[in-house]
Amino acid sequence: MTYTPEMLENIKQVEATRSQRLHQTFPAMSLEERTKLLNTFHPDYIKESMREIRIGVEKGSRMPNELADVVEGRPHIGADFDLSQPEFETDVLIIGGGGAGASAALMAEEAGAKVTIVTKLRFGDANTMMAQGGIQAADRPNDSPAIHYLDVIGGGHFDNFPDLVEALVKDAPQVIAWLEQLGVMFDKTPDGTMMEEHGGGTSRKRMHSARDYSGAEIMRTLRDEVRNRPNITVIEFCPAVELVADKQGRVCGAVLMNLETERYFFTRAKVVILSTGGGGRLHYQGFPTTNHYGATADGIAMAYRLGAKLAFLDTMQYHPTGAAYPEQILGLLVTEKVRGLGAQPVNIKGEQFVYPLEPRDVEAAAFLRECKERHLGVVTPTGQHAVWLDTPMIDLLHEPGTIEKALPAMVRQYKRFNIDMTKVPILVYPTLHYQNGGIAINADCETNIPGLLVAGEASGGVHGRNRLMGNSLLDVCVFGRRAGLTAGRYYKDAKPGEPTLAHLETWKKQRDEAGISTPLRSPILLPDYSRKG
Amino acid sequence: MANQEELIPIYIMGKRYDVPASLTIMKAMEWAGYTLVRGVGCRGGFCGACATVYRIKDDPKLYFGLACQTVVKPEMYLGQIPFFPAKRASYDITKLEPIAATLFTTYPETLRCLGCGTCTKACPQELNVKGYMAAAMRGDITLVANMSFDCIMCGLCAARCPAEEPQYNIAILARRLYGRYLAPRSPHLAERVEEIQSGKFDAEIQNLKSLDFNALKERYSAREIEA
Repeated sequence: MTYTPEMLENIKQVEATRSQRLHQTFPAMSLEERTKLLNTFHPDYIKESMREIRIGVEKGSRMPNELADVVEGRPHIGADFDLSQPEFETDVLIIGGGGAGASAALMAEEAGAKVTIVTKLRFGDANTMMAQGGIQAADRPNDSPAIHYLDVIGGGHFDNFPDLVEALVKDAPQVIAWLEQLGVMFDKTPDGTMMEEHGGGTSRKRMHSARDYSGAEIMRTLRDEVRNRPNITVIEFCPAVELVADKQGRVCGAVLMNLETERYFFTRAKVVILSTGGGGRLHYQGFPTTNHYGATADGIAMAYRLGAKLAFLDTMQYHPTGAAYPEQILGLLVTEKVRGLGAQPVNIKGEQFVYPLEPRDVEAAAFLRECKERHLGVVTPTGQHAVWLDTPMIDLLHEPGTIEKALPAMVRQYKRFNIDMTKVPILVYPTLHYQNGGIAINADCETNIPGLLVAGEASGGVHGRNRLMGNSLLDVCVFGRRAGLTAGRYYKDAKPGEPTLAHLETWKKQRDEAGISTPLRSPILLPDYSRKG
Repeated sequence: MANQEELIPIYIMGKRYDVPASLTIMKAMEWAGYTLVRGVGCRGGFCGACATVYRIKDDPKLYFGLACQTVVKPEMYLGQIPFFPAKRASYDITKLEPIAATLFTTYPETLRCLGCGTCTKACPQELNVKGYMAAAMRGDITLVANMSFDCIMCGLCAARCPAEEPQYNIAILARRLYGRYLAPRSPHLAERVEEIQSGKFDAEIQNLKSLDFNALKERYSAREIEA
């Protein structure tokens, strides 16, 4: 057992209250209680953690300091970069090889387009692969897309773009059927009925899962299908560093970088889809993150320089249950499915202090309050705060063996550090998880820039100010598909003119006028974790 | 923290570095000064990019793990296998039948498996790879799908196989055949897709879209939560 003697002693408190807690759940908060808690404890509400962006179309709007630095950064190349010899040409260029990019590629290819996916790491090394809990879709008889709509928009603080929410909830069941046709193995009872659970902020059980490898199962299936399509080319270790438009301002390609040789080259396209994901690896406010290594907000930086409108980038999602112990897995995801199956968060006295399935921002804020204000959290030897998540409850609520069957990835993760989560609770604390906002899109994934489509975590609007569990896997499939369909319509008539990087001249002038001289190269592409000296 | 900790010697591709004993292999490489491009992906045990082979000094055994999930040990000699050129067949899933012959024609080498179990020893997910290959040779697609479900496709099985099997690619073919053709269908799902296509929920959603902030808030607060 990896737990310290103090922790083992404290676990006895948690065990002492377990049988009583099995049939008692802490009441959910009202909207007013939620607001009050968020204002005091949610990281987004810490004023000095954000600043106004000083240049560009969203000048004056706020975002985390670390993101603002990247967005205002210095481009890799200058306006004089040679665009006369494109390395290759394609109908649809997709930047980013996660779930949204793969979904878009399949639909665009089916529409007849020649598609190229370029991706910074390997195809599928993306946050989609890491999503564990599930994917929402209102397909049970007691549920409906309208109920799903209310859950989404309430979870997002009623600020979501209604057209996007409508697209999300109405496409959802069709997306599940599409994934099944591609061969995704959803959890089902023997008669075929989907096994569906609650997620934070849902009013119906509509979380479809594939054990706790839900995202991995979807991603590897989409990836396999993409590789079967002759008209899709995938180029790995090749991120984009700049978008290229023609003189009319229509996007017509990108400058890419071979990450291994560090050579830059231009590629032409009739339409570009950005599916570059989020920015957890910028570690806002120093938080650890659940995100994959390449999550550095590249797409936001590139699109913004070209004049793309943004939405809700002043809200980031802190997942309430990041691993807090042992140190080696600090910040990694403990899926919300753990709470969906019945595990309760409890403090050092073994007491519940929050409804286990509040929307994520509310749940995370309640954990922070329990540790920082009430001092009823555990403190690990490295000084990390934490609360208990009482995992053994799951087998007691369902049947023995449920945890191992429903949460194999979680069990495996803890077993690697000699912790048996089927027998003892685990320690959790909020971790940086998701970019709620992004580049503003409409329901066809169009931006304010012609020829530029965006899908997935890089986009903003559908989740408003807070995303619910299970709506991100859904988002990447729904809007990935929609972006592919839009691109499939658009490419046939697109006749891009002469490519230019004139926007980089304007950008340089704006930086100079605002007195920004920071050397930070943007996009940063990878975080720098190597020890210096 | 890392600075006060005991340092242990590890060998990265043969070169010695002294690193804090509590680090994972991946963090130890970064601590040693590496900026990783290959051999790193999700950093959370799901993507299979950081498949690692290692030996401990004087121990003849080879060990396998994910660099992001394995803590360093003293005198560890490690090398990463970020890419392995295993065979992958191309197919049209809509034209396949979920039968044994599909496995054998798509991957004829399936039947060459020696049953030696080297793959099982190499699996960082501790899957019974030999077992699911035996099921594949019997043409039991459902069993292959279920036994291989937690595969992260890192490729270590294929890298070690003396019969040159692409086990993980055979496994995903089986899973896709199972998911598409053999898994029982959900009756509700097809019904709901049809209802949406016929416009059944359009009026209700239009109504929700037209509500002002306060009315929407009221509707939200009045939701009944399924027990």
